[in-house]
Amino acid sequence: MTTIIKPRLMARLGSTELVYLALVGILLIGAVLVATKGGNLFATANLVDMLTRSSLLGFVALGQTFVILCGSLDLSVGYTMALCSLIGATTMAGDPAKVPLGIAAVLVVAAGIGLVNGLAVSVLKVNPFIATLGVGLIIKGYLDTNYQGPAGDVPASFQQFGYTRIGFVPLSTAVMLIAVVLGILYLRKSRTGYHMFAVGGSKDVARLSGIRTGRVIVTAHVLCSVAAGVAGLLIAARFGTGSALVYSSGYDLDSIAAVVLGGTLLMGGRGGAAGTLGGVLILAVLDTVFNLLQVDPFFKDVLRGVVIIAAVAIYARRQIDRKASRPRFGGNGGAPPEPAPTPDPAPATQGATR
Amino acid sequence: MAVTPLTGTVLRMRDIRKSFLGVPVLHGVDLDLRAGEVHALMGENGAGKSTLMKILAGVYQADGGTIELAGESVAFAHPLQAQQAGVSTVFQEFNLLPERTVAENVFLGREPRRRGLVDAEKMNADTEALLTDLGLDWLTPRRRVRTLSVAGQQIVEIVKALSYDARIISMDEPTAALADEEVELLYGLVRTLRERGVAILYVSHRLKEIFDLSDRVTILKDGALVDTVATAQITPDELVRKMVGRPITSFFPDKLPGTEVGEVRLRIRGGGNDQLDGIDLDVRGGEITALAGLQGSGRTEIAHALFGVARFTRGTVELDGKPVRLRSARQAVKAGLALVTEDRKAEGLVLNQSVAANARLVLDAVLPGQAGRGAKRIPGILSSLELVSRGPDQEVRFLSGGNQQKVVLAKWLATDPAVIVLDEPTRGIDVGAKQKVYTLMRELCERGVAILMISSELQEVIGMADRVVVLRDGRIAGELPSGSDEESVMAVATGQVETA
Repeated sequence: MTTIIKPRLMARLGSTELVYLALVGILLIGAVLVATKGGNLFATANLVDMLTRSSLLGFVALGQTFVILCGSLDLSVGYTMALCSLIGATTMAGDPAKVPLGIAAVLVVAAGIGLVNGLAVSVLKVNPFIATLGVGLIIKGYLDTNYQGPAGDVPASFQQFGYTRIGFVPLSTAVMLIAVVLGILYLRKSRTGYHMFAVGGSKDVARLSGIRTGRVIVTAHVLCSVAAGVAGLLIAARFGTGSALVYSSGYDLDSIAAVVLGGTLLMGGRGGAAGTLGGVLILAVLDTVFNLLQVDPFFKDVLRGVVIIAAVAIYARRQIDRKASRPRFGGNGGAPPEPAPTPDPAPATQGATR
Repeated sequence: MAVTPLTGTVLRMRDIRKSFLGVPVLHGVDLDLRAGEVHALMGENGAGKSTLMKILAGVYQADGGTIELAGESVAFAHPLQAQQAGVSTVFQEFNLLPERTVAENVFLGREPRRRGLVDAEKMNADTEALLTDLGLDWLTPRRRVRTLSVAGQQIVEIVKALSYDARIISMDEPTAALADEEVELLYGLVRTLRERGVAILYVSHRLKEIFDLSDRVTILKDGALVDTVATAQITPDELVRKMVGRPITSFFPDKLPGTEVGEVRLRIRGGGNDQLDGIDLDVRGGEITALAGLQGSGRTEIAHALFGVARFTRGTVELDGKPVRLRSARQAVKAGLALVTEDRKAEGLVLNQSVAANARLVLDAVLPGQAGRGAKRIPGILSSLELVSRGPDQEVRFLSGGNQQKVVLAKWLATDPAVIVLDEPTRGIDVGAKQKVYTLMRELCERGVAILMISSELQEVIGMADRVVVLRDGRIAGELPSGSDEESVMAVATGQVETA
């Protein structure tokens, strides 16, 4: 019987709940493993490590959530981050008075990149994979020709964004968490947020319902690039300078992995920012645990890969179960169709099915 | 039957014409809808029902004719325009987002807002009000559409249509995917709508529904209007006759001399799966067995089951007396089956490859041992089919539908099959190519190949088949001998008569 009960329980849990359940599980397993080596996963230093790791990826993955929900994708986030760290650092140029100007410049440039990505996808109808890869390559070319090494100088006041802590919570993580909460509200409360789910669920249905799908996609891309821009600012604050080399740190694919790990469908139409945060935290916890256990860095990647594939395989299984076509004849003996499936009052599903 | 409230004509379509790629589909059809009536639209597959409906919905634009809505002339360029004018359509494929809730779907694109934010409370309350009003208390606004049955989803579509204050709702075969007990639910809703003065255009193949529900029936045939009559004044027999009544032309070639009905080459006993049940079927060499039935009755499903696409989970299959297990298309081909699929572009051809590559496809993939020998036959086969192309290197996407179909046929003939399954072998091809296909079928029979033909065109079924096996709802509903008329096939297919 357990084989029947288990999938039912899993099906009843929303994806987001499942993600956080997995997070708790990984924390517990990690804590036990670290304890066997005589460490404490929940020591302040380790907590700070996990949260610091999650803040950078958190911004990028939050932005990525919007585009993936729309059925798009952004592979240019890594380059956008690198470019924005340089723009921020060089504009600030060590002058505390220029900090607002630097932030503004970064936001404008990032929004512009998002606009280009969004228009390429929605107006030129270029496959998002190619469109954003192309935009990313353009930025990369610009960076490689103009910035050989670190450039710019971030004033100490802005470096606080990278280093200040409130208790064991880094300021950057707190800002990231606020951004995620805003993202959740945006998706659940704004019309554009609603329409992102619609566009990702089915462009045709959205269009037939009078939604301007192009605008929704562009909005998502702008939000995504701006989020990557903020991540770039955070890098500048941490390093004290801008750095072009950030683009090779794999934030593009990590952010997609975090989104998918968080239960958002890669095809779009289902998911949300809360799940993404869970995905980001899972990856951060894994990294911290692997570091504490001194796992070989290459083997670390193997483990991360396994976790991501396993998670998505679980989601895919759930998806298949739900989509299974309704059989006309029972599985054995050709019995008549299953008893009255329709007018079940199902009061249990009222409310709280998010 | 409920008393129809006395009300005026809300929709007047006159002389509607439409062609696709030069082929006329509707030649001057008239249709009137009155407020508070259920108006059935009937006709065989391809009679033009769906096209007419899509013109009304704004999906297609008519080439000629006028549409008047409540006395005003309209032309819908986009489905949204039709919807805003009070004309809603419930298509067979749903326009719903499965991952969103009922309320989110109903108000998609026009979510109510308060202080700039979506007012989910109001949205749910309004949906709840709509649902309660229609007596659909079991459906809750917060339920995800994915969790609903097909009937439930259909009802959400209708509720969405109503929320636009629809005066006209057209439904394209709304019961096609429903189980019997779900149909009642839909009936109830349709009757409620009628009482409120909504005009309902109801497309269905099922005679029983037409007589259960409708006030008037409009019958189309080959894109032309046959008649519009009050349902109470027509019998099912008369209705079927009006639908199919036309002479069978001497379009079909006669059997070739020397053709003999031989041994059973394909035998299915008790075949069943999700969609099929209790399929007992014998296909003999030299014989054309036709599978007839309405769309969704299980015809293509049998072909798919044989080819391992959605295989039989019950029953046995024998080829030339030997039991075979067909778990994949590959095994089926190795065993000596061939399947000319319904959709040649999606399932029959690699469109951007050459004629020669397509013709060798099955040979190379499945029977490499015979590929050399088989490939030698291909040029001969192609020329005997009178393929018109710029040579074996031309990409098949540049060929006409008829010539594409010839390439598909050649691909299978090259494997020298024992049993060939032809699913809609002449769909969308010109008359000349059709006759070529028919002649080929006769030639194959003469060589002792067993042919299983699936077709929605009754004329073709009557004209070619030695035996007609009629399916309904996934079961064999009856078998008719060669020379049966279209009406008796239709009568069995629609469930009007039961044949043992």
